[in-house]
Amino acid sequence: MSRAGYNAGMADPIIAVQNCVYRYGRAERPAVDHLSFEVHPGETVGLLGPNGAGKTTMLHMVLGLVQPTSGTVAVFGRCPIAQRLAVLARLNFVSVEADLPSNLTIAECLTTFAALYRVPRAAARIADLTERFELAAMRRRLIGSLSSGEQTRLKFCKALLNAPELLLLDEPTLHLDPYMAQKIRAHLQAIQREHRLAILYTSHNMQEVETFCHRILFLHRGTLLAQGAPQETLDRFKSRSLEELFIRVSQSGELFHGE
Amino acid sequence: MGSNADSAARIGAMLRRYLYLHRRSLLRTFDVFFWPVMDLLIWGFLTLYLQQATGGPLAGFLIFLVGALIAWDIHYRGQQAVTISLMEEIWTRNLTNLLIAPLRLWEWIAATFCYAALKVLVITLMLAVVARLLYAFELTRIGWSFLPLAMSLLVFGWAIGLFTAGVLLRCGYAAEALIWGIPFLIQPFSCVFYPMSTLPGWARAIAAILPSTYAFEGMRMVLREGTVSWAIWWPILWLNMLYLFLGVLFLVWIVRRAQRGGNLGRLTQD
Repeated sequence: MSRAGYNAGMADPIIAVQNCVYRYGRAERPAVDHLSFEVHPGETVGLLGPNGAGKTTMLHMVLGLVQPTSGTVAVFGRCPIAQRLAVLARLNFVSVEADLPSNLTIAECLTTFAALYRVPRAAARIADLTERFELAAMRRRLIGSLSSGEQTRLKFCKALLNAPELLLLDEPTLHLDPYMAQKIRAHLQAIQREHRLAILYTSHNMQEVETFCHRILFLHRGTLLAQGAPQETLDRFKSRSLEELFIRVSQSGELFHGE
Repeated sequence: MGSNADSAARIGAMLRRYLYLHRRSLLRTFDVFFWPVMDLLIWGFLTLYLQQATGGPLAGFLIFLVGALIAWDIHYRGQQAVTISLMEEIWTRNLTNLLIAPLRLWEWIAATFCYAALKVLVITLMLAVVARLLYAFELTRIGWSFLPLAMSLLVFGWAIGLFTAGVLLRCGYAAEALIWGIPFLIQPFSCVFYPMSTLPGWARAIAAILPSTYAFEGMRMVLREGTVSWAIWWPILWLNMLYLFLGVLFLVWIVRRAQRGGNLGRLTQD
């Protein structure tokens, strides 16, 4: 699966993070430390780094779930906390940590979220998405009875209900088999080509990141070690794969020995 | 996204989300009826026995006790419905999905209030029927005054429900006992089964700041005198408004605090 062609051009960024710091309580070290980056329409950006690098905290700041200690986070040019409704209506989120209610059926759950997002022609949209993600035959089944892979597909259905302009994905394909993971990536890329969907994405599947992301941001202990296109980053740090680079960062906290 | 119609649609969506749970869960629906009916059976038959054993002096007690039991359930089930609806999202790890949806906190709260009102209406009607069949107790004997008095108990239940939900969001699963426990901290001071004059001075001071005390005093007044004094309505109104305001304020403060502390996205994982 190759990356969809991407050209940021002069479009306004969908996410603009400037000098952002976040410190949990009285922690000595900030979880996010003076981080700055942008995500543009039609772009897929991967946030990479070992556990504790600050990836999920950064996603939560974009979602307005966490308020930066200092610096700014703007989404669609607005503050995701002060102008919450206007921002959230245009984005969506899939996370391995955020389950959908196990005591509802697929149809009940999607109908509820479609109403929350005020999706026009909701029934048709739900029918289309459940068909695409191969859940149409299970619409009356309780979410709690679905396999983890089926639940992940449902999370994607819910996340695409409002035709988002920005999709935040936190380890989204963790529970998917390679066939379904590839199918979902292809589906997202098709939407991206059509609607210039922007994706900010975390994953520990380095092969997926290499093929799926236009640009990667390598984080370690809250700081940005490097950013660039996957191949460009590999060339720059003389590494054969992102996996090798990832292990190098996890072991030494550095991307490159002797740059 | 910000119009009244949008808000109404989102409130309706959340209300349906809670009603869906009753559609297929017999256990959940059974739970709505079971405890209130059991309470009514135990206390109703006990009062009947006391009436028969004392040969008459306690004759009026049945109506007081059965009326008080039904009214207490309005407060208790109202509080529970609000707290459990909010907690349902933590138990099912769905909280993050709602926090990142274009749903305002007040819309979510309004949906839980509507759900609590519906639940309480069903329970009250059912208890009224059971009381009529078993004890020849007519809820209508309290008259039209029952409606505002019952409403005030429901509103106080909402307020306590918000406060309990806030504590649970702050303290996590460890504080779950509060859902069931807090109403019973309030019950002795609300003078559910006895007049306020029965309480010692220190307890009367606590009773005086609870709107539920005045609601139960009002119900006894109706049963005794056939009318409610206007003096009862003012404390009911002001205290309910105050507690509801404080309940909303407390929940909003807890959510904002979690946002600053970075815990909002992690609440489902505690």
